[in-house]
This record gives sequence, structure tokens and C-alpha cells, in this order.
Amino acid sequence: MSELAMQVGQSAAPEAVLFWILAPLTLIAALGMLLVKKAVHSAILMAFVMVALAVFYIAQGAPFLGIVQIVVYTGAVMMLFLFILMLVGVDSSDSLTESIRGLRPIAITAAVGFGGLMVSLLGRATLGRGAVGVEAANADGNVEAIAQLLFSTFVWPFEAVSALLITAALGAMVLAHHHRIQERPTQRQLSIDRFRKDSLGAAAGLPAPGVFARHNAVDVPALLPDGSPASASINASLKARGDLQNSSIFELGTVDTSASEEK
Amino acid sequence: MDVANYLYLSALLFTIGAVGVIVRRNAIVVFMCIELMLNAANLSFVTFSRINGDLNGQVIAFFTMVVAACEVVVGLAIIVMIYRSRRSASVDDASLLSR
Repeated sequence: MSELAMQVGQSAAPEAVLFWILAPLTLIAALGMLLVKKAVHSAILMAFVMVALAVFYIAQGAPFLGIVQIVVYTGAVMMLFLFILMLVGVDSSDSLTESIRGLRPIAITAAVGFGGLMVSLLGRATLGRGAVGVEAANADGNVEAIAQLLFSTFVWPFEAVSALLITAALGAMVLAHHHRIQERPTQRQLSIDRFRKDSLGAAAGLPAPGVFARHNAVDVPALLPDGSPASASINASLKARGDLQNSSIFELGTVDTSASEEK
Repeated sequence: MDVANYLYLSALLFTIGAVGVIVRRNAIVVFMCIELMLNAANLSFVTFSRINGDLNGQVIAFFTMVVAACEVVVGLAIIVMIYRSRRSASVDDASLLSR
């Protein structure tokens, strides 16, 4: 096996080895993004795809873009995604059931068709010459060459993009700005409300989880005097995540209570 | 190795991203799939830049990245706003016009 690896390493160009190792992994990660249930796992796989693409950029003579890809995508954009995911999506259900009937087969058929078309198109298209390579264009350094282009040919698009960035930042601030309609309730008001409710059940605070059920973990509901689990004792986000234990497995009848003497 | 292999990879990544946009229901995952499609296009730009031997493709890919960053910022703000009013990040729940 290692001999084979040595042969491949010596006979093929290093770039080919890099490509044939990293490209399948990238495709698997991208497919996994579609198939995993939790959005957080999708985000992690996405970050892997981004880093792999950065490696491909660097391998293709675009070191500036590769570094920017890592800084912008795996740094800023993925951080923003995870931040919003924690804010929004952790207790939101990411159901994989299809809501429009027949959508999934149609999507897969269309994807196979589109992908097959693209791949066969690329396979048939020829340029009549090999790749030129960017070594000549990068002779003075990739960053210098890109700067030369950016501030001469592309100076107007560059200015327009800077305006776009400012507009997007302002737009995000305006969209995310939250205007409070009512005045914020004070602690005094909250306390009065608790005691004036129909039931005084929550006036002294909600019951603590677990501690009445021979088990003191937060994922086990407390037991009411009649033996039924008290759902108010469980944190709402634990409940939404489905990380709950059934308190019945800690009942006296099911737990082994026989005492044995320890020596 | 043939440089066109990068183009095949880019086409496949783009296709996977497109399927994700159609199939997934969580708005944030849909958004990540859009990012995947943009990145696949970027990979093509960089590859074409190498095939043609000038850096215009790399500059265009750079612009794509900036526009994608703007898009993420505004799009996530919209998702947060929808979540605030509807308590859900599913794209199926934001269907006021269908009722």
C-alpha cells in the first residue's frame, strides 16, 4: 500500500494527488450538508468545503484568493451563520419530511439531468490548447498583479462594491433593529403579575427538575405528589431539543433497591 | 492532471447546492447551499483564469466574494426578522400569500 502511494507520489504531479484526495472529500462533505439533519452539522461540513476550496485556489496560483476565502468564509461568514444558528435555529425543527409532494424526486431528477449536462458539456468542450497557467501573470507576485488590475481596469466596480458593502451594513442594521412596542415590564410589575394570576402555582418559582425523582439531573422532570412528571420543571430549550429522559425509568418499582452489604 | 477536473468539481458542487436550495426547509441551510453555489462559481472563475493565463477571473471571483458577504449579512438579518415575527426559521412557515 505504501509502495503504491510512493509510486503515485513520484509519478503523478503533486497537484493531482492533492486533487484526487481532496476533491472526493469535498464532494462527500457537500453531499453530507444536504443529508444531515441538524443545521449545526451542515455548518461544520460547509466550513470544511470552504477550506478545501481555499486549498484549491492556492493550488491554482491564486494565493490571495485562497487566504481571502479562509478569512472571509470560514472566518466571518461561517461565524455569522453559527451565530444566527444559535440565535434562531437550535430549537427550530429542521424536518426532512417533504412538504410539497413529489418535490424530492423531481429535484433529484433535475439535479442528475443538470449535473450530467454540465459534465458532458465540459467533457466535449475543447479550447484547442492546453492551460496557459498564471505563472507569467503572477511573475511580480499574485497580490501585486491583482492590485494592479483592481485599481486600473476594475476601479469603478471596486468603488461600486464598496458602496454596496456600506449599503448592506446599513440595511442589516435597519432590518435587525428591534422597536419595542410596549414598555419593558419592571421586576415589581412581573412580581405583581405572578401573584395576581389565576393560579399561585408559579408564584414561588417553578419546581426544580430531577431532584424529587431519585435523580438530580436537569433532563429529568420532577415528580408531582401523585407521581406524574411536572413538565414545568424542565427548561424550555431542553424540551425543544428533545433531550429529555422519561422520569418513569427512575420509579421505585423499576429501580433496583435491594441493598447489599459492602465490605 | 487535466485542469478541467476543477471545472467538473465545480459543476458538481453547484448542482449539490441547487438541490439543497430546493430540498431543505431550514432557511439557514438553504442559505448555506446558496453560498455553496457561489463558491462553486468562484472555483470555475479561478480555473478559467488559470486556463486563459490572465488574472481577470481571479478579480471577478474576488468581487463575487464581496457580494456574497453582503448577501449573507442582509439575508441573515431577514431570517432573524422572520424568526422574530413567526418563531420559526422554516421556509414553509413564511407563506402568508398562500392563505
